[in-house]
Amino acid sequence: MRNNLLMLHMITRIVVFIILAFSIFLFFAGHNNPGGGFIGGLMTAAALLLLYVTYDVKTIKRVIPFNYKTMIAVGMLLAVGTGVISILAGYPFLTQFDGYFTFPILGEIHLTTALPFDLGVYLVVVGVALLSILSIAEDDA
Amino acid sequence: MSLLHLIVLAPFIFALLIPFLYKYVRQVHTGWFVMILPLTLFIFLIQYLPSISRGETSYWSQEWVPSLGINFDVYLDGLSLLFGLLITGIGTLVVLYSIYYLYNKKKEPLNNFYVYLILFMGAMLGVVFSDNLIVIYVFWEITSLTSALLIAYWFHKERSRYGALKSMLITVAGGLTMLAGFSLLYVMTNTFSIREIITQADVIITNPLFIPAMLCVLVGAFTKSAQFPFHIWLPDAMEAPTPVSAYLHSATMVKAGIYLVARLTPVFGAAPQWFWIVSGVGILTLLWGSVSAVRQKDLKAILAFSTISQLGLIMALLGLGSAAFHYDVAEVGTIYYTATLAAVFHLINHATFKGSLFMMVGIVDHETGTRDIRKLGGLMTIMPITATVALIGTLSMAGVPPFNGFLSKEMFFTAAINATTLDIFNMQSIGLLFPIVAWIASIFTFAYCMLLFSRTFLGEFKPEKLSKKVHEAPIGLLISPIILASLVIIFGLFPNLLAYSIIEPTMASILPNVLAGEGERFYVNIYHWHGFNIELFMTLGVFIFGALIFLNMKKWTETAFFLGERDPLNNVYDKSLVGLVAGSLKITNLQMTGLLRDYFVFMFVFIIGLMGYTMIKYDIFAIDLVNVAEISPYMLIIVVVLLAATISIPFISHRITAIIAVGVIGFLIALLFVVFRAPDLALTQLLVETVMVVLLLLAFYHLPELKKESFTPRFKITNLIVSVGVGLVITLTALSAHAMSYTHPIQSISEYFIKNSYELAAGKNMVNVILVDFRGMDTFLEVLVLAIAALGITVLIKLRMTGSEDV
Repeated sequence: MRNNLLMLHMITRIVVFIILAFSIFLFFAGHNNPGGGFIGGLMTAAALLLLYVTYDVKTIKRVIPFNYKTMIAVGMLLAVGTGVISILAGYPFLTQFDGYFTFPILGEIHLTTALPFDLGVYLVVVGVALLSILSIAEDDA
Repeated sequence: MSLLHLIVLAPFIFALLIPFLYKYVRQVHTGWFVMILPLTLFIFLIQYLPSISRGETSYWSQEWVPSLGINFDVYLDGLSLLFGLLITGIGTLVVLYSIYYLYNKKKEPLNNFYVYLILFMGAMLGVVFSDNLIVIYVFWEITSLTSALLIAYWFHKERSRYGALKSMLITVAGGLTMLAGFSLLYVMTNTFSIREIITQADVIITNPLFIPAMLCVLVGAFTKSAQFPFHIWLPDAMEAPTPVSAYLHSATMVKAGIYLVARLTPVFGAAPQWFWIVSGVGILTLLWGSVSAVRQKDLKAILAFSTISQLGLIMALLGLGSAAFHYDVAEVGTIYYTATLAAVFHLINHATFKGSLFMMVGIVDHETGTRDIRKLGGLMTIMPITATVALIGTLSMAGVPPFNGFLSKEMFFTAAINATTLDIFNMQSIGLLFPIVAWIASIFTFAYCMLLFSRTFLGEFKPEKLSKKVHEAPIGLLISPIILASLVIIFGLFPNLLAYSIIEPTMASILPNVLAGEGERFYVNIYHWHGFNIELFMTLGVFIFGALIFLNMKKWTETAFFLGERDPLNNVYDKSLVGLVAGSLKITNLQMTGLLRDYFVFMFVFIIGLMGYTMIKYDIFAIDLVNVAEISPYMLIIVVVLLAATISIPFISHRITAIIAVGVIGFLIALLFVVFRAPDLALTQLLVETVMVVLLLLAFYHLPELKKESFTPRFKITNLIVSVGVGLVITLTALSAHAMSYTHPIQSISEYFIKNSYELAAGKNMVNVILVDFRGMDTFLEVLVLAIAALGITVLIKLRMTGSEDV
C-alpha cells in the first residue's frame, strides 16, 4: 500500500525554506545572540533531513548534489585556515581578531575572524550529520 | 648550533642519503660512501685532542624545550672525546670491513644495513656528547632500537628475531628504569644538566631519594652493558652480521653503560653503596662471563661471553676507583685512582683487541662456513695472516706481555689488591675477595683465549666437515683487523702514548672532585716491569693454572657443566616472557570484552570510587537545604515525566518505543534548559536530539528484528547498584557543591567570561564566544572528532570488505 503524501510534500516545500532561512539567521546571529555555527549547522541539517524523509534520497540527490565528504573537508580547512592565519601573523594558534569596516552599500559592519572559523564548524556539522545519516539510510545490505 | 651539534646530527642527516645512493649508484658498493662519514668525524674529533690534553673542556647549548629544562647541550671533555673517537674510529674500520663482508649486493638489503648502522652511530654520539639527561635518554633508546634492527638484520632467521626482541626488551626496560632515575635526580636538583648536578653532588647525597635514583640509573647502565644478571641478551645478539657484532659488542653499544657509570661517578661516586654495587656486580659479571665462555662451542659465543666478562672488569674497576672520593689525594688517594686509570686504559685496549677478534671470527666464518670449534682446526697454514691477527688479539686478551691487555690486566690486579687495604666500608675483611675472584676469573680468561685460538688455528684440519673450500681472506677483509692488531702492539709497546693525551683528561672527567685544585693533574705512567711483586706472581699463576685447565679440557668436555652451553638464566627470561604474554592477554580479555555496557560499568565504577573517595577523604558532605530555591510547578511536572520516561526504558520490549522514550528524555531536558533560561543550550539540545532520534530510528530500521536479550538477575542487580551509585554520587556532589558555595565563596569562572567576552572577543553571546574564541581549540578538536566519526561510519558501511558478513 502506498501512502498519499501530498500534504507532507506541499508543507515540506514551504517549511524547508523557512527552516533554512532561520538556520542562516541563527548562524549569523551567533556572535551576539543565541545561535552560532553548531546550532545553525544542525538546523540546516534538520531542514535537509526533512527533505530526505519526505521525498526519497535519489530525488533529493538530483536536486541538491552536495558531496558531504567534500563539505566536511572544506569546513575543516576553513577552521584550520583561520587558526593558521594567526600563526602567520605571529600570534598563538587560533587567536581571533575583529574590527569595524565601512562598505559602500551595507554601511559599517563588524567583522571577526571568528566568523570563518564558525563557518567551518557549520559546514562540518552539516556534513557530518547528513553523511552519517545518509550512509546508513542508503545502505541496503 | 655548534660544530659539535653538527657531529651528533650528521649521521642522522647522512642516513637520509643512503637509500638514494644505494638505488641510483649501483656500481659502487654503498659502504664506500658510508665510510666517508665516520672517517670525517674521526679526523674532526682528533683536532680536539691537544686542547683536551691541556685540560680544556667545551660546552655549547641549544634550546629545545626550555620550559621543561630540556636543552640539547653538548659537552666535550676527555671522557666524551674518548668515546667519540672510539665510535667514529672503530666505526670507520667496521664499515670498511663490512664492504667486503657483505659484498653480495644483490642478496643483501644494504640500504637497510647502512641506514641502521649510521643511525646507531649517531645515537651513540648523541649519548656521549649530550649534557642533558633527557637528551641522553632519547639517544639511549635510539641505540636500543637501532641495535635491535641491526641484530634482526637477517630477519628471516627465527634466532635473529629472538635475539633482537630479547636485547630490546631488556635494554629498553633498563632504559625506562634509568629515566625514572633521571627524573628523581631532577626532583632533587631541579636541573637535567649533568654538569649542574655534579656541582650539587655533595648536597644530594643526603637526600632520601638519592639511593633510589642511583639504583634506577644503575639498572639502566647494567642492562645496556650486559652486566649480571642482565647479560643474557648479549650472546643471543650474536645472531647479527659479524660487522655489527664487532661494532655493537666490542666498541660501542655495550659500552654505553660503562660511559654512563663513568659520567655519573662524580654524582654518585661518594656513596658507599655505589662503590659496593658497581664493583660487586662488575666482579661477579667478570667471573660469570669468563667461566661461561669456557664451555661455549661457537666462536662468536665465546667472544660474547668474553665481552660480558671484560665489561664486568671495566665496571668493577670504575667501582673500585670511586674509593678515591674517600681519600685525600695528597695522602693515600693516589693508589686508589689506579683503578680508574686501569678502567680507562682497559676500555681502549678492549676496543682494539676485541674488535680485531670479532673481525677475525667473521673471516673464519666467511671462509669456512662455520663457527663451530668442533669442526674447525688447523687453519694456521691456510690462513696465516688471519691466524697472526688472531694470535695478537688472543694474547692481548689473555694478558700476555708485551701486548696492551697485559698492561691493563696488571693494573687491574694492582687495583684489586689495593681494595684489600681500604679502611672504609669493612673492606678489611671482605676486601680479600676482590683479588681472589679477579685471579680466578683471569685464569678462566686465559683458558678460553687458548681454546679460541688453538681450536681454530692449531690441531688437525678437518676439510670434510666444512662446506667451503678454505683459503686466505681477501685483503679488503683483512685491513681493518690488521689496523686494530697493530694498535694492540703499539699501545702495548708505547703505552704512554695515550697517557696525557686522552687517559688523564678522561680520568679528570670521572674523578673531578678528587683533584685538589686548579691545574692539578693525575699522575699517569704506564710501564711493563714493576719488579717482583704480587701482581707478577698472580700473572704467572694465571698462566700456569689457565694452561692446566686448557690441557685438561678433554676430561671436562664430558661433564654436565661443559655440555650445558646455555646460561640457566635464559630459562628465567623465556618463562617470564611467556608469563608476561599470557598475563597481559588475561588482563586484556578481562577488560576488553567488546561490550559497550561493560566499558560503561568500568567507567562508572571508577567515577563512583574516585568521587566517593575524594568526598570522604576531604569530608565535604554538606547538605544544606536552607538556601535552596523554590521548585516551580513546571519544573515539577517536567521532572516527574522525565523520571517516568527514564524508569520505563528498561521495561520497554520494543526498541522503536525505547528510542522514542530516550528521545522524550532529551526533549524534556531541553525544556528544563528553557525553564532555566538558557536558550542556546535548549536550542542545541533540541536539534541534537532530533538528529539523534532520526539517526537511531534509521539504524534500527535496518537492523534485523531480534529478540530482547534475557539477563540473569545477578547482572541486573549489578547494573542497578552501579546506576544508583552514580546517581547518588552525582547528586551528593551537586548538593554539597551548592551548600559549599555559601560557606566557601569561590570565584566562579563565569565571572571572567561575563566581564571579558565583549571586550576581548567583541561578542555579546557568551556561549558562542567561548566556543569560537576562548576555547576555540576545544571546538576545533571536537569538530575534528565529529568529522572522523562521520568518515568512519561511511567507511564502515560503504566500503565494507567483500566476503565478511558480520559488519
